[in-house]
Amino acid sequence: MTQAATRTWTELKPQRKASVPEGLWLRCPGCGQMIYRKQMEANLHVCPECQHHFRIGATERVRQLADPGSFEAMFTGLTPTDPLKFRDLKSYKDRLLAEQIKSGASDAAVAGTCFVKGRAAMLCVLDLSFMMGSMGSVVGETVTRSIEAATQRSLPLIIVSGSGGARMQESGLSLMQMAKTSAALGRHDDAGGLFISVLTDPTTGGVTASFAMLGDVIVAEPKALIGFAGPRVIQQTIRQELPEGFQRSEYLLKAGMVDRVAARAELRSELARVIDYAGK
Amino acid sequence: MTIHLVSMSFFQLDFEKPVLELDRKIESLESLLSRRSADANRPAAANGLLATLNPTVEVPPFAADQAESLDLDESDGAALTDPAAIRARIASLRAEREAKLAQVYTSLSPWNTVRVARVPKRPQTRDYIDMMCKDFCELHGDRRYGDDPAMVVGFARIGSIKVLVVGHHKGRTTQEKIACHFGCAHPEGYRKALAKMKLAEKFGLPIVTFVDTPGAYPGLGAEARGQAEAIAVNLREMSRLRTPIVSIVIGEGGSGGALGIAVADRVAMLEHAWYSVISPEGCAAILWKTANEQTNSAAADALKLTARDNLKLKIIDELIPEPLGGAHRDPKKTAAAIERWVLDRLHELKGINPATLPQQRYERFRRLGSFTEAVA
Repeated sequence: MTQAATRTWTELKPQRKASVPEGLWLRCPGCGQMIYRKQMEANLHVCPECQHHFRIGATERVRQLADPGSFEAMFTGLTPTDPLKFRDLKSYKDRLLAEQIKSGASDAAVAGTCFVKGRAAMLCVLDLSFMMGSMGSVVGETVTRSIEAATQRSLPLIIVSGSGGARMQESGLSLMQMAKTSAALGRHDDAGGLFISVLTDPTTGGVTASFAMLGDVIVAEPKALIGFAGPRVIQQTIRQELPEGFQRSEYLLKAGMVDRVAARAELRSELARVIDYAGK
Repeated sequence: MTIHLVSMSFFQLDFEKPVLELDRKIESLESLLSRRSADANRPAAANGLLATLNPTVEVPPFAADQAESLDLDESDGAALTDPAAIRARIASLRAEREAKLAQVYTSLSPWNTVRVARVPKRPQTRDYIDMMCKDFCELHGDRRYGDDPAMVVGFARIGSIKVLVVGHHKGRTTQEKIACHFGCAHPEGYRKALAKMKLAEKFGLPIVTFVDTPGAYPGLGAEARGQAEAIAVNLREMSRLRTPIVSIVIGEGGSGGALGIAVADRVAMLEHAWYSVISPEGCAAILWKTANEQTNSAAADALKLTARDNLKLKIIDELIPEPLGGAHRDPKKTAAAIERWVLDRLHELKGINPATLPQQRYERFRRLGSFTEAVA
């Protein structure tokens, strides 16, 4: 006890911070257990103890969903601009550059054709690791082109969402991406196309209020935060504690807002099965 | 998205202070003038008669020292005895006031534009319906959950055209404002709007929508009943309605909640309205980590939310000028300008085969966005 009392927070904090992202072991935020990183990663980035689904980037998601070697990327030349010359504490240009260097991607969406358990599909994945998967012009354009390609080629469309919403730094143009993507889905629907929307933690704001909630079939990963307004905004409005599990997948299933909650390990079979039932 | 549910009954715009001071001066001089002329017009005999009939009534002689109680400065006080001079002074003050108002309103900062868009006296959807429409037949309820007063829907005539009107409504009295959640619609509001818009399509009626919301309501019930889904479905369905749609942002165009009734063939904004992906306060709270007067103003600048900026970005097709000093200073003139725009656009859209409208509407939104593309 005496020893613990002599240690200060400044000594403790940096050690802890450094050991979590880089170490061989990490503490699962779901169950608090120390788990072996490699084991978690081999388990599709799911905690082997409590089934907590860790957030994953677009590349890893594609690797998990597409048959090995079948993914052919499309629309890779799209690069964001800074149409509004947006500047908050940092300029949007600098933010973009920093994110691009960090991730090696040009923006927050990856798209292409692939096979899922042998079934041809159009796959589009939002990338949480790039500006929280927020939707600006490039993400909106990538999603829209994916939808249009799926319509043209009569392919089932799968969009995996994980996003903080519309990107503030492109303001009104980001907002218009909501209309653009939703309108493209209207045409896909007119053509009898299948759209499976996969919701992952977190999917909120303008992404939820556009293409993400328009799936013919909506599948959510367990315990994902899914909603229109963020929990903090709601709390500020109603000024009371939010109920336990509010805006989580299981809650949405009960509220009738999603069709299925599926663990990551089941996702491929889930997709293949829906594609088969839709006869696509 | 941050929604400000503050009652603003004592609302005053600080940048209008010089104008309001002139207003006060003019008012004082006018009341002085009316008293002065009342004095002059009252025949001396009548004065005398009054005095003899009722000696207890004192008829006060007009006195220049009344100026002190009238909130006037010395230069005005000096000329007070001469009605002609007072009139001349009023005329020059009026001219000065007009010039000041014009100066203030032609150089509004984006943040002050947002504040003008929120002036409680600014005309709202129901006001425009009263001023523009004949024989309004309101249609209530979404047939699923309830009737959201924050969304007003109904058949109406504008000019000689039968239309369906849809609009956010903020509420005018405190009670109405609370019932309308200050213009923040719930999912049932969006679903009501869509259900009636489908009726309009079926009966071949064009749709006119008035956008005026800080954003869709962020609350427990709204989330539980699928706020995101309701808006998303509206975006998809409006894009393929086979009937003309025109939208006007009359006040606040807050994010998805605004867009939920604004996927139109033609979109206009009133001069001092704002339209953006997030409110300046919401944006400041996230990107500047704190929302105060200074960061709100910076966020409003950065978001390019004014009518002129939206026009430049091609998000809207037209800007409808407001009367000098904002729509609330002359609601009738504003309504007339909107009516003219609506009638012109509907006339133009009438010439297009309704079956091809969705294609054109699709292309209108399809073009929006800014990016570069490397040739692979």
